[in-house]
Amino acid sequence: MTLARNFPFFSILVCLVGSVVTSVLKPRAAKALTIIIAGVVLVLSAFTLRYALALESAEPFMMGHFPAPWGNELRIGRLEALMATGISAVLFITLVAGFYHMPAFVSEKKLGLYCIMVDLAMCAILVMLYTNDLFTAYVFIEIMTIASCALVIVRQNGHTLVAATRYMIMNLLASGLVLLGISMLYGITGHLLMEPLGRAVRHIVETGQYMEPLTVVIALITAGLAIKSAMFPFHAWAPDTYAFAPPMSSAILSGLIGKAYIFLLIKFFYRVIGLDVIVGTNVDSVLFVCGVSGMLMGSVLAISQRDIRRMVAYSSVSQIGYIYMGLGMGTEAGVAAALFQMLAHAAAKSLLFLSTNELVSVSGDRKRFHYLHGAGYRNPVAGVVFTVSAMSLVGIPFTGGFIAKLNLATAGMPMGGWMRALVLIALAISTLLNAVYYLHTVVSLYRRAPAEIDYPPSHRVPRHAAAALVISMLLTVYLGLGSGPIMRVIEAGLKMFA
Amino acid sequence: MWQALYDNLEQTVAVILFGIGFTILLLQRNLIRKIIGLNIMSTATYLFLASMGYIEGRKAPIVTDGVTDLAAYINPIPAGLVLTGIVVSVSFTGIMLALTVRLYRRYRTLDIDQIALLAKGEDMA
Repeated sequence: MTLARNFPFFSILVCLVGSVVTSVLKPRAAKALTIIIAGVVLVLSAFTLRYALALESAEPFMMGHFPAPWGNELRIGRLEALMATGISAVLFITLVAGFYHMPAFVSEKKLGLYCIMVDLAMCAILVMLYTNDLFTAYVFIEIMTIASCALVIVRQNGHTLVAATRYMIMNLLASGLVLLGISMLYGITGHLLMEPLGRAVRHIVETGQYMEPLTVVIALITAGLAIKSAMFPFHAWAPDTYAFAPPMSSAILSGLIGKAYIFLLIKFFYRVIGLDVIVGTNVDSVLFVCGVSGMLMGSVLAISQRDIRRMVAYSSVSQIGYIYMGLGMGTEAGVAAALFQMLAHAAAKSLLFLSTNELVSVSGDRKRFHYLHGAGYRNPVAGVVFTVSAMSLVGIPFTGGFIAKLNLATAGMPMGGWMRALVLIALAISTLLNAVYYLHTVVSLYRRAPAEIDYPPSHRVPRHAAAALVISMLLTVYLGLGSGPIMRVIEAGLKMFA
Repeated sequence: MWQALYDNLEQTVAVILFGIGFTILLLQRNLIRKIIGLNIMSTATYLFLASMGYIEGRKAPIVTDGVTDLAAYINPIPAGLVLTGIVVSVSFTGIMLALTVRLYRRYRTLDIDQIALLAKGEDMA
């Protein structure tokens, strides 16, 4: 099985080579190749996971011929492999289920270019999961930024262009903060590889000499990655971007790309700075407060939306809030709960964006709730899929979302007085708010359609897309029923993560 | 404190420039000004990195006269980072300019708020 230790590198390489090859292919071939690449990455990640489960401790993978303090490294651990498997599974399903309605948003000629960007985004996600070098992470943050903006820009519509420009500007501000943070960190430590950095940071903390710059570095990098992953007060770009991008792009952006930034942030907290130092600088409390307010405000804003895609977009803000609340607890259990929520949200949210698009398209591309009445009968598969993924996001038992909320509540129990109370109250209120808007939507999907509106003749969902949606739905249910082993992998992975 | 700021003059200036660029990128409504702000911001970071990498009296690490003593050379990594950063910011500037051209052709204005209003109006029509 020693071949398997090369698989993370192979999967990154496959995506990169794929993105180059895609650029000279015809759109149809490009589409097929992108789906195949996603499948290959999924298989490679699954083998990496199997390999990582047998590892005692995380294993560095040397890139090039220079050993640790100089060269560049990947690192294979359980957590990285688990996240890679989860994310590539969701990506594969999204591509299979989502490609067939892309022609409604992108001209046939541009589809090949779109595929390049999907490949690049996939590559950047994988690098951010596996890399052990902070500057490599920065470079791929930028590649991800370009790819994700391009995923939005492909739709040639005024609204989309404005949303993409806003998204781009926020991303650029965030990239600037991250780069300045990394430069300062390099200035006070002289390393870019994460383990030597971690040792240098511990030395700084012990001697206390460069404590102020270190705090600034933590603030800069946290703020940068928080903006990119749409944490609550920095979420302004998210609703428009998710609502006006092609649905497959929204699924990839919200479900997967945001998660890669958060994973990088967790890696930075654990491996570079150390969780105890983060707690010492109170950055975790800031994240906690932002997370809790995001949970509540995201849901309140979602309730006030009249357009179903904007509602789903705002619900992303609230779900990202759960992740940051878990991170902000500053305990291992909290981070583990946040990681599980990342998986549950990735699975449910990409599904939700795709099925929303199905439902909207059988209702004549009108997104107001009034027109959606009866959409669940006009497209039964999308109706059921929407219902299940909405249930997962609300937190109904037997779905991934329920376990995620349960984990967050359990992680909140050992906390100090006011924090415990806040976690539980916020979870309760937020669940209630989620239920209000999701159940309302589900009910209106199954209401009788008003007679005075004439709907377009119903088109059949291609069989492979329907199958992908159903499989992905089963994945959400699996996350709810089979969460025990996954949580154990996350907990063991976190132990070898630092 | 003033002495410390003066001793690290380049870094101080770089951080001030970064702040200026950041504010322009965030607050200006004109897209071209935003792009200029973006460039000021990234260039400030390069100044920061380059000034950190330079030690007075030492040379770039290219062995010419057979001098292999480490004390004769500077660390080449910050310069490498600056190069990478320049590539990144060039491509970003390119994309932003392309977006600006497209928005300008469509709406005949560079003001992002006005463009957003016009786009909303398009929706109603």
